[in-house]
Amino acid sequence: MALYNDTVMENFLHPKNVGELENPDGTGVYGSPVCGDMMQIQIKVDNDIITDAKFKTFGCGSAIASSSMATSMIIGKTVEEALELTNKQIINELGGLPPVKIHCSVLADKAIKNAIYDYAMKNGKKYAALEGYDPEADEDEDEHGEAEE
Amino acid sequence: MRNVYLDYSATTPVKEEVLKEMIPYFTEKFGNPSSLYDKGLEARDAVTHAREQVAALINADPSEIFFTAGGTEADNWAVFGATDKLKEKGNHIITTKIEHHAMLHSCAFLEKHGFDVTYLDIDKDGRVDLQQLKDSITDKTILISVMMVNNEIGTVQPIKEIGKIAKEHKILFHTDAVQALGNVPIDVKDMGIDLMSMSSHKIYGPKGEGALFIRKGVRISNYLHGGAQEAGRRAGTENLTGIVGFGKAAELARVHFDEHVKHSSTLRDYLVERILNEIPDTTLNGTMEERHPGNANITFKYIEGESILLLLNQFGISVSTGSACSSKSLEPSHVLVALGVPVEMIHGTVRFTVGDFTTKEDIDYVVDCLKQVVTRLRELSPINEKKGW
Repeated sequence: MALYNDTVMENFLHPKNVGELENPDGTGVYGSPVCGDMMQIQIKVDNDIITDAKFKTFGCGSAIASSSMATSMIIGKTVEEALELTNKQIINELGGLPPVKIHCSVLADKAIKNAIYDYAMKNGKKYAALEGYDPEADEDEDEHGEAEE
Repeated sequence: MRNVYLDYSATTPVKEEVLKEMIPYFTEKFGNPSSLYDKGLEARDAVTHAREQVAALINADPSEIFFTAGGTEADNWAVFGATDKLKEKGNHIITTKIEHHAMLHSCAFLEKHGFDVTYLDIDKDGRVDLQQLKDSITDKTILISVMMVNNEIGTVQPIKEIGKIAKEHKILFHTDAVQALGNVPIDVKDMGIDLMSMSSHKIYGPKGEGALFIRKGVRISNYLHGGAQEAGRRAGTENLTGIVGFGKAAELARVHFDEHVKHSSTLRDYLVERILNEIPDTTLNGTMEERHPGNANITFKYIEGESILLLLNQFGISVSTGSACSSKSLEPSHVLVALGVPVEMIHGTVRFTVGDFTTKEDIDYVVDCLKQVVTRLRELSPINEKKGW
């Protein structure tokens, strides 16, 4: 009956990891207010392990829930493991999103990659998964679900 | 938990008096109005009575009221019926960018079938420019359709002036009055209206019922084909209970018109004033003058409408939003785009519509909840006045 399932609602109503870090090792931003959603994710990296992550999001319920879930999923992971995170995994952990909201999970995935990219650039780190990575690339287009008419 | 419904432009509850009037027509007085025995005549009398009630609300003759299955059918009938009837005379329609989708999508369909459509702009106050209307008229123009009151921003269009222009050029004039009915004074004669769409469930009547006013002497093609109901112009066994309910709702709207407008506008003004004064970075879309008495359309900067809607829902409050995220099409409101509201601000737009059952306590509760919701979402937002959009 509800627009979102219980897990999505829980992450929307009580989002985890909200805020900004004092001295982040990497900051990633993706989306824009014009598109209706924008996400900022910051990470703290210690010994190649992501020890903390925080987000700030302008967007709908599923964008906020995706940010909360995605940041929770990368904390405690190595940078390489975090780079393997896909938007499908975020959706699975959320127990599914309505088709038109799939792009919200993409946004979270991209914001995380951008945060890691920022960390890698600042620290001269190289990761196979970031080879040829373009933080500005708009992958969102293909990821929209089939809109219901 | 308190329940506050502030979405009267989406739909209204059926009033007790209306429901009471309808009930016998489900069970005892269930006859087919086309049948010739007493049970049929009894039903036919009820339809006739309802037709008079609807006509009285808009200063029409009862013979000019044709019941439909709602506002969308009335809009479709008006535009397809008129263009079919007049297709030998021309293929040009003038309408506006802020019409309901029932009109816009019908026009888009006609564009695929050889018609040209001019979509008039609106100014920063949400009104059409009469000069642009005049300039758009060609010798091929066969229909002008301008909605009386917009469903999102509540602005009232200068219908009487448009009616005059249409008459001067001998062009058929249709208006979608779905949001206007019962909320602004309507006089089809004085306003020079040829065709007008109406809906029952926006005026405390049942859903699935509406009407098209067709001025005496105006001929448009039929849209639904079949039996000889509605003077042979709209086929299909009448939705008897719906018609009875719509009739009663129209009567109540006429009798209590002043009271309704005063009640709605007082509470709406109070809501707008409190929000704009007490919640920073908020703006009202459209002007306060010439506006639907219950409508408030407000942008909450730096946050997104669906989130606001969902959090208000947690407090038992029902509102709607122009944000793209809340629509299945992911498109921002075409009305707010036409009004010139920047897209990033459209996403943070909420429409509140108050009605007959709204109380001052409801408004106080909504403003209190809104403050919490807006603060919470702004804390979550990466955008603020300092950082900019």
